[in-house]
Amino acid sequence: MKYAYYPGCSLKSSGRAYEESFLAVCKILGLEMEELDNWNCCGATSFMSIEQGPAYTCSVRNLALAEKKNMDLVAPCGGCYGVLLKADHYYADYPAVRNSVDKGLAAEGLQYRRQIQIRHPMELLTHDPGLKAIRSLVKRPLKGLRVASYYGCRFLRPVAPFDDMRHPQTMDSLMKTVGARIADYASRGRCCGGALAGSIPKMAQELTYRLIKDAQKAEADVIVTGCPLCQFNLDAFQDEIIASHPDVKPIPVFFFTQLLGLALGAEPEELGIQRLIVPGIKILQEKGILGDKKADEKKVPVAAGAQNG
Amino acid sequence: MATLEREIRFESDRDPEFAAQIRRMPGCENLNRCIQCATCSGICPLSTYMDMTPRRVIQLARDGFKADVLNCNTIWLCASCYQCQVECPKEIGITDVMYALKCKAIEAGIKPKQAAPQTLYREFYNLGTKNGRISEGALMVNTVIKTQPARFWSLKMLGLRLLRTGRFGWKIERMPQQSVLKAAIQATPPINGKESS
Ligand code: SF4
Ligand code: SF4
Repeated sequence: MKYAYYPGCSLKSSGRAYEESFLAVCKILGLEMEELDNWNCCGATSFMSIEQGPAYTCSVRNLALAEKKNMDLVAPCGGCYGVLLKADHYYADYPAVRNSVDKGLAAEGLQYRRQIQIRHPMELLTHDPGLKAIRSLVKRPLKGLRVASYYGCRFLRPVAPFDDMRHPQTMDSLMKTVGARIADYASRGRCCGGALAGSIPKMAQELTYRLIKDAQKAEADVIVTGCPLCQFNLDAFQDEIIASHPDVKPIPVFFFTQLLGLALGAEPEELGIQRLIVPGIKILQEKGILGDKKADEKKVPVAAGAQNG
Repeated sequence: MATLEREIRFESDRDPEFAAQIRRMPGCENLNRCIQCATCSGICPLSTYMDMTPRRVIQLARDGFKADVLNCNTIWLCASCYQCQVECPKEIGITDVMYALKCKAIEAGIKPKQAAPQTLYREFYNLGTKNGRISEGALMVNTVIKTQPARFWSLKMLGLRLLRTGRFGWKIERMPQQSVLKAAIQATPPINGKESS
């Protein structure tokens, strides 16, 4: 089955590793992603704070493009996913939104009939190939790796489209399927600070500190996330956070698709693991999931023949 | 030393039409149902930094105290995490009210004391509507220079690392065809809660 892939802006720069690892996983699992032509920025939390008419038009335009191709839209970025989902619902519920968006889209000869679904990789991978299929393709189980699944806001609020708002499980199930251990992580749904990391960093970092501290309390080896902004806030500012809070230690923050890809036999470089600011390779070697480079070269290549399914 | 401050608000400070406009914004229709339980203030991860708690903003907004709610820092500190909204016993779209108030502050030309969040949103909006895509490098550099110039140099290590890991570039991202988005935006009537729209 083919899907309309909506990367969003982050997956083309700061969240590049998320695109790389997601597409690598899709390739292994036989999910075909076709990037939407001429997609535009979803608007994030900014458009909505400045001018709501254009904000809804910009979001819904992407949905209309996917609908025109008759494909479900896949948005890996948590921010985009939440914004597009909300725009879709508000388009249905509020005549003022529908009126504005319809007029805007008409200028481009587009219209939107709400005939497609908006999907997130977490839920897509869980349902479309399914956990069973994923399990059967595991080449490199994440044995002994203790993972804190960080969901943040958009998969759970204001609506939780595929999970339980207070006790989310989707990412944990995926991680368990590929052999990881799940940390009892209290902060799984707390706020990472979002855009405040760019405007009032001190405040955002207080929130992020709490997330790292809780992961440490739960004795997690790594944090996994499905949102490039969460990943960035948790990964990029650890130096500053540790400087003001010496009680926490560095912890690598992966995209969940990076760990999935690794388990399914893809190589770290294909998954953008070298792009993490807090390096992630060492813990994977310590746990024996990755051999060190020299030893690895002698082994039989694992990725070959993984293109079925 | 504690100082005793008394703030009196007068009937003449109220603008009922303003409250009505907020209620007409998407997601804000339940504003008047608030029972002032303060669940929102309790759960908000940022309320300790706010000059007014979310509960207070809701109360003053529905009573039409326009100047108070458009000048508070609360609306700009709100990170849109929706914690308050999902816990509110009266199902008030609190996050949407915060969004609506931000738009109204922009409409009224209010520059908040703590200007950085508004500056970031504006930079983002301008880049995003002009090019159709956000160039994260340009966004970060512009925002830091405009709002935290002192921090610019302390961020150079991070900047270098981001460049080295390929997560940060100088390239300006654009849609292949920007004109269609521009036309769509121009043809979109505003959503501002005013009766005529
Ligand atoms: S939680 Fe809802 S009802 Fe309670 S004070 Fe906040 S807005 Fe009002
Ligand atoms: S949505 Fe805004 S006001 Fe509500 S809890 Fe989150 S930060 Fe606080």
